[in-house]
Amino acid sequence: MQVITTDVAIVGGGGAGLRAAIAAAETDPGLRIALISKVVPMRSHTVSAEGGSAAVVRADDSLDNHFDDTVSGGDWLCDQDVVDYFVANCTREMTQLEHWGCPWSRKPDGHVNVRFFGGMKVQRTWFAADKTGFHMLHTLFQTSMKYPSITRCDEFFCCDLIVEDGRVQGVLAIEIATGEFFLFKCNAAVFATGGAGRVYQQNTNAGIVTGDGMGIAYRHSAPLRDMEFMQWHPTALPGTGILITEACRGEGAILTNKDGYRYLQDYGMGPPDPWPRAKAMELGPRDRLSQAFWHEEHKGRTIATPRGQVVNLDLRHLGAKMIHERLPLITEVAHTFVGVDPVTTPIPVCPAVHYTMGGILCDVNTATPLKGLYAAGECSSVGIHGANRLGSNSLAELCVFGKPAGENAARYARSVTHSRSSAVEKQAQAAAETVLSLLKRERGERLATIRDEMHDAMEAGVRIYRKADFMQTACDKIGELRERYRKGVKLDDSTRAFNTEWLTAIELGFTLDVAEVIAHSALNRRESRGAHTRLDEYQERDDDNFLKHTVAHYNGTGAPRIEYTPVTITRLQPKQRVYGGAGKKAEMT
Amino acid sequence: MVETRTIEMEVLRYHPERDAEPHLQSYQVPFAHDMSVLQGLQYIKDHLDGSLTFRWSCRMAICGSCGHMVNGVPQLSCHTFLRDYFPGKVRVEPLNHFSILRDLAIDQNDFLKKLESIKPYIIPAENKPVESGEFLQTPAQLDRFYQFSQCINCLLCYSACPQYGLNSDFIGPGAMALLHRYNADSRDAGRAERMPIVNAEEGVWSCTLVGYCSEVCPKGVNPANAVNQNKMNSALDYFLSFVTSRGGGR
Repeated sequence: MQVITTDVAIVGGGGAGLRAAIAAAETDPGLRIALISKVVPMRSHTVSAEGGSAAVVRADDSLDNHFDDTVSGGDWLCDQDVVDYFVANCTREMTQLEHWGCPWSRKPDGHVNVRFFGGMKVQRTWFAADKTGFHMLHTLFQTSMKYPSITRCDEFFCCDLIVEDGRVQGVLAIEIATGEFFLFKCNAAVFATGGAGRVYQQNTNAGIVTGDGMGIAYRHSAPLRDMEFMQWHPTALPGTGILITEACRGEGAILTNKDGYRYLQDYGMGPPDPWPRAKAMELGPRDRLSQAFWHEEHKGRTIATPRGQVVNLDLRHLGAKMIHERLPLITEVAHTFVGVDPVTTPIPVCPAVHYTMGGILCDVNTATPLKGLYAAGECSSVGIHGANRLGSNSLAELCVFGKPAGENAARYARSVTHSRSSAVEKQAQAAAETVLSLLKRERGERLATIRDEMHDAMEAGVRIYRKADFMQTACDKIGELRERYRKGVKLDDSTRAFNTEWLTAIELGFTLDVAEVIAHSALNRRESRGAHTRLDEYQERDDDNFLKHTVAHYNGTGAPRIEYTPVTITRLQPKQRVYGGAGKKAEMT
Repeated sequence: MVETRTIEMEVLRYHPERDAEPHLQSYQVPFAHDMSVLQGLQYIKDHLDGSLTFRWSCRMAICGSCGHMVNGVPQLSCHTFLRDYFPGKVRVEPLNHFSILRDLAIDQNDFLKKLESIKPYIIPAENKPVESGEFLQTPAQLDRFYQFSQCINCLLCYSACPQYGLNSDFIGPGAMALLHRYNADSRDAGRAERMPIVNAEEGVWSCTLVGYCSEVCPKGVNPANAVNQNKMNSALDYFLSFVTSRGGGR
């Protein structure tokens, strides 16, 4: 095992990890920063984000508006002190990206343009055509090359944390090309490892979004919070789950069923006209739109395709110029993957798992309960998404919380010293042996068998709508799969160099743990709120009993131990979430 | 139900610990009309041979991970469909001009070093505090560099470039497009720092204007155009330095 001594180890090279690395380098240029990522940073899943990033800039908008939209969008499960910090820092961070070169789309006068997204009172979404995540990621990646104290460890797969004396003192990683173990001894670590969408089969996420950081932190007793809240994006391609951005609707696209009828008016989002208008119809929040699809499907009003039921996302009335200028990626994706030109034909879409609202519990400073571990981005639960994330808030989150994660990790790393004992190396050696044992099994199941059964269990039991008996079945099944995984998966490949089958096996261990937390957190929340909506006797929101965060603790081979903690409410008391209703036609930018 | 047919996929295999030379291996892969070459590789890995090694991630042609030679042409595997090769076979090999780490996974480090060398970040004329708000940039100014900012670093252009194949010191189409992207950005004043890279022997003058890089680019970046514009800039740079020195220095 090779041992590298660093000060701050950042795991994950997407938007949050890169922002953290830059912030750490700027805070304390004398510190050594290792940026460890299982892919070269520009391959990270931030790259796939399309629509945009929220930050108040318009004169008719305000931080209060952004706060209200976020808190009501999250069905009051957001921590309002954290939301206040978030909305107050979005504009600064988006401007910072602008200074670093992000090619934001502009108005004729040279100022940054903003567009609508679902659940917004006023246009607030900064965008770079419909490749916003791609441009943010490349801007951050290329900018990170300015800082000599950042050492990139590209294609190093983080497989464990080393916790000694009650604090993080190391990150264990595999150099993918050689299969060698590396111990990064450090005084602080930042996890920016992304979500866990690959728990499900039909999802918009890249193959790398397997919940690694969540699984590792959880096993080291940093709890996972609010994991029952998975977001289904209402418009993905059937079969592949490839995302068709909400920006389409932000620009005025409509959703119709097999009769050409704008069905959202039947689900409390109407009336349909005037269109477009804020927080109504197709500009409602994602949880409501995905639920409406489910109802349409059950009424037999969706369209059958070989890859499942769909509705039509119709952009035709926007015209070729607008579509090509504002939505070039969608034009290309629709053409390539479903053979449709959105200028002349509607795009077939259906809901797919898109975002993990929950994550590693951390405070407004991104500190987790595990000393020396900070978390930012989708892997974290800092408290801004509540029960349903507002579109555009996650890209902003990468920067707004990536920055303090880097700063605070740097300060903490400066305040402590490396432990002299050999305990850190010993632990790392033991952890490496465990990971190596996966290569040595002579009998066992194929990885794909266990993965596919996990997908089936989650798709059947913990979906857009949920019932106790189905969720119980999913809990039991995931428990069984975890046991089968422990008994052994048999790999075809027992060599070390660039063994992606081995890495997939390690990932599957993390994904199964996270799946179990999702299923149990869902089963235990006996109410309906945001993206967690039940069809059994718990169809209403129950603020008396469940205006609380779910906190899941690791319990070895058993089911997670679930407890509840209060939600911080400062100035916006819970109300009913209201969308649709009368309103004036929005003036489009 | 989805109908399937079966196609032969021939994939290049190479294991650094075992193989002296790469070799081809064939697999019979059932596929549906909408399945990409990447999905064919995934089928092999899941069901036939877990040791087959390739990179992939977004499967929607934006992360740049899955570039391969597909029947001899540099392509993104997620963006290339098995139906277009049936009933013939499809041969998948690692991108040309790179050393192979294993099977289809190539060594990307040379490109990453080149990317670092071009200073791919805004070098502003003067320090502008974030609090003072954004730089103004009109849509026309944005247009001057936007195309070149679309590079997803997939390396297909390097694989297509005969000059890079002959001499890997050549800065290459992708990095040159990104260099031009920053030079052409109205917020940037770093051109003078980057011109030595353009002017060097391994800079634009190595390019023989074959233009295949632009043809294979999946994002319409047109690196050949970036190289060409920089030949003009480089020539101008040379001419100006000549005039200035004749004029008695600076």
